[in-house]
Amino acid sequence: MVSIQDLVAPIHDGCKLAIGKEETGASIAATLALIAKGVRGLHLICLPISGLQADLLIGAGCVDTLETSAVSLGEAGPAPRFNAAVKQGAIRLIDGTCPAIYAGFQASQKGIPFMPLRGILHSDLMQHRDSWKLIENPFHQGDRIVAVEAICPDVALFHAQASDRHGNVFVGRDRDGVLLAHASKTALVTVEETIDEDFIQDPIRAGASLPALYVAATCVAPGSARPLSFTGKHGSDTAWLLRYAKAAKSQAGFGELLDELMVLHGFSQPAKADAAQGHR
Amino acid sequence: MTSYLSNELPASGILAVERLIHVIAELLQGVRHVAVGASSPIPGSGALLARALSERDAPKQQTRVSILGSKKHNAFTNGGVELFDMAATGRIDAFFLGGGQIDGEANINLVGSGAYPQSEVRWPGSFGSAYLYHLVPRVILFREEHSRRVLVPKVDFISASSYRGDGDYRPGGPVALLTGLCLFHFDPVRRRFKLKSIHPGHQLDEIRDQTGFDFDLAADLGFTPDPSDDHLALIRGRVKREIGETYPHFASQLIGN
Repeated sequence: MVSIQDLVAPIHDGCKLAIGKEETGASIAATLALIAKGVRGLHLICLPISGLQADLLIGAGCVDTLETSAVSLGEAGPAPRFNAAVKQGAIRLIDGTCPAIYAGFQASQKGIPFMPLRGILHSDLMQHRDSWKLIENPFHQGDRIVAVEAICPDVALFHAQASDRHGNVFVGRDRDGVLLAHASKTALVTVEETIDEDFIQDPIRAGASLPALYVAATCVAPGSARPLSFTGKHGSDTAWLLRYAKAAKSQAGFGELLDELMVLHGFSQPAKADAAQGHR
Repeated sequence: MTSYLSNELPASGILAVERLIHVIAELLQGVRHVAVGASSPIPGSGALLARALSERDAPKQQTRVSILGSKKHNAFTNGGVELFDMAATGRIDAFFLGGGQIDGEANINLVGSGAYPQSEVRWPGSFGSAYLYHLVPRVILFREEHSRRVLVPKVDFISASSYRGDGDYRPGGPVALLTGLCLFHFDPVRRRFKLKSIHPGHQLDEIRDQTGFDFDLAADLGFTPDPSDDHLALIRGRVKREIGETYPHFASQLIGN
């Protein structure tokens, strides 16, 4: 159990960082700690999409490369800093499709170089990346199939329901936290609470738990996903997200709302002045 | 997105959105399992209407519905990958896709307009389209906006292609395109859309004006039929309640209680 600053300490400049979709548990609190620390040059990988979390990291200038199937604020509209960064050419984009990102993680989880996957043929996505190749099915001549190179992140970062006395993490129904951790060299997890039990010995929880073996550190930080939703705890703050979608169209407006979020999550210092400046 | 929604009932007594929900349910007749992606309240409502009708009319072959973002109306327990695994193993019969651009060959672009990667206008991204378009037998393209900026001669970027190469494994593909003006069917051999029906209040000339690609006319081209009174009652009752779990704002704009 560590502080949120210590939790994100292993995420260094240039780190290959994996995050999940909103339903998996997006740790906005840890994301803010990363921004406050002023991390740069991240290769951010979204399993398989992201929204506010990626937009914050992009807006704060932390991201060099973005690998995702989509970035959107959902009902609140387009992700403004993502859209601006694409237009300016400020980030290197690796545009994917959801099942191929899952396949890349699954290959990594198995320690194999690639995973074959159906579909995708004739999509322009194939032409703008070198980590998908069209190969022939070795068991059936003339059957072309896409080979997706393993995606091997350095660190997985997500928010989960609870940790236990051994550091096992209960992820619940959405199992993407398990895949994030299995595929990455290590995992950092914020949790709503810690419970003095052993989840792996509990037949109800065990199947939906991630063994401590995969987890470098956990940090108890209830409400870490706010203003996004978190299953079983709270919904998303739609009014705030709508305000963000509008204000963050400008870098200055983004800086103001980023400071608001910092206060909301109890960071006594607003973001470092240079952290909110965005891309050079 | 919901600009055309109005609580004011037109003279016909049927809202435009209710017609769309009804058309979608008709397109889903006989489907065993339909999945609905993110940000899709109208397709979701159509799927829920199809399920309600199947329970009434074909109780032994009910339509299953999986709505992404819903807790009640989907049964996934294996993470985000389960939808895609289900599609590849033939467990999903129908799905919906949209596009910032859709062309006359039914290629779709969810990435952005203009050059790539520095798009003039960037959209969220391809999501699962590049994969599901090949694997789900009945993909229904749905886009409310029917204009020349959406329905283009050729998309600027192909997120998902309708092309079927020789020997390609491709059980899936587009079957129809539903817009705020009309319903097209898609002919996979000729790779062309065929205008099937025009929503009441609109005309063929208007559709030609607003469509950036050539299309054929169905021999039986007519107006889109109205939902019957009992279908309307389901839309305004059960469907409104069920879709409200995932899309409360959308449901609040439907008629009914």
